[in-house]
Amino acid sequence: MLPMFKADLHIHTCLSPCADLSMGPRAIVEQAVRSRLDMIGVCDHNSSENAGAVIEAARGRKLRVLPGMEVTSKEEVHVLGLFNELEPALEWQAFIYQHLPGENDPEVFGWQPVVNAEHEVLAFNARLLAGATELSVEQIVDGIRHLDGLAIAAHVDREAFGLLGQLGFVPEGLRVDALEVSAHATPEQVKRRYPGCAGMGFVRSSDAHALEEIGKGATFFALREPATAEIRKALCGQEGRRAVIGEADADVARGAGCEMR
Amino acid sequence: MTVGEVAERLGLEKLTGNEGLERQVKGGYASDLLSDVIAHGEAGDVWVTLQTHRNIIAVATLKELAAVVLVNGRTPDADTLEAARRERLPLLGTALPAFELAGRLYQTGIRGTR
Repeated sequence: MLPMFKADLHIHTCLSPCADLSMGPRAIVEQAVRSRLDMIGVCDHNSSENAGAVIEAARGRKLRVLPGMEVTSKEEVHVLGLFNELEPALEWQAFIYQHLPGENDPEVFGWQPVVNAEHEVLAFNARLLAGATELSVEQIVDGIRHLDGLAIAAHVDREAFGLLGQLGFVPEGLRVDALEVSAHATPEQVKRRYPGCAGMGFVRSSDAHALEEIGKGATFFALREPATAEIRKALCGQEGRRAVIGEADADVARGAGCEMR
Repeated sequence: MTVGEVAERLGLEKLTGNEGLERQVKGGYASDLLSDVIAHGEAGDVWVTLQTHRNIIAVATLKELAAVVLVNGRTPDADTLEAARRERLPLLGTALPAFELAGRLYQTGIRGTR
C-alpha cells in the first residue's frame, strides 16, 4: 500500500501582484502544515523568484515544496509548470522572462516583493508579472515537459484565464499532464460541460492568494515519494499510483488517455 | 452579402485566398473567449477576434460560421492557417482594432442580433 500525500499544487506568494503581502515563505509553510498538507506547489504569475525561499523555509519540516510557476500564454490561458528541483524552475523562468513584455506599475497591479525565507524584502520584481507572455499554450506545455516538469492547465472550471474558457476545448495533441479544478469545483462538472475532457487527469488546488485559502483545494496522491515523476504516474494511474480529489478514496481522478499524450 | 463582398468593401486581407468567399454572411459576433463563441455564435456569422490559436478554426467549423476576421494586424499561427485551408474556412485579416472593425461591419448592414 502506497502512502497518501495531501497536495495543494497551486499556491501564490507575495511576489504575485494580486496576492496578499502576508504570503511570506514561513507563513505559507506553517499554514500548509496546519492544513495537513504533505506537498505544495509554489506558482507565482510568470515568475519563480520566491520558490527557493519557500523551499528554504520548509527545511526540517515534513513538507515537500515543488518550485513552479503559473504562466500566462498569449491566448491568456494559465498553465502551471511544476518542477522537482529549483534549477529547472529557474531555467524555465529565464526562458519566460525573455518572452514577457512590459513593466509593473505597483499602484495599479500591486507590489511584487522578492523575499528570503524570513520574509525580508530583497528586491521588487519590476516585470509585468500580471501580463501575458508571447508564447502559445503549446510552446509553454512543450517547454515545461522538455525540462521534465509537470504541465497542468490551471482552474479550467473558470472562464477567465482557463484553458477551456479561452480556447473552448483542449487543443488536440496538447501534452498537459492534468487539468486543475478550483477549490469548489469537481472534475465531473467540467466533464459534463466539456465532454472531450473525459479521458484527462485532474487535480484540485486552492490557487491561494491569501494564507487562509491554503489547502482549501487539495488532491490526495498515492505515491512512493512526493516527486513530479510519481505524480505523473498517478495522473495516468500507473503502477498503483493514484490521484484522488476530495476526501481520500473518493472518485479516482485518473486519466485514460495518458498513453496518447 | 457574401464573405468576398464584405472583404472587398472593408479591404480585409484574404489570408486563405479565395477559399469560401462565396459564403453568405448572415450576422456578426465579436469575442475572444472561444467557449463564449461556442455558446453564442450563430451559423453564418462573421466572427471578429484577436485569438489566432488553431482552435478558432474548429470552433468556426463547429458553429458553421461564415468567416473569421483577425484584428489588430494579428497573423494566424501556421497550424491555424493550415487548418483553415483544410476546412475550407475563409480567414481574413485587418490592421483595425475589433471595435473599429465591428463598427464598419455594422455600417455594411451586418447585425449582431437577429
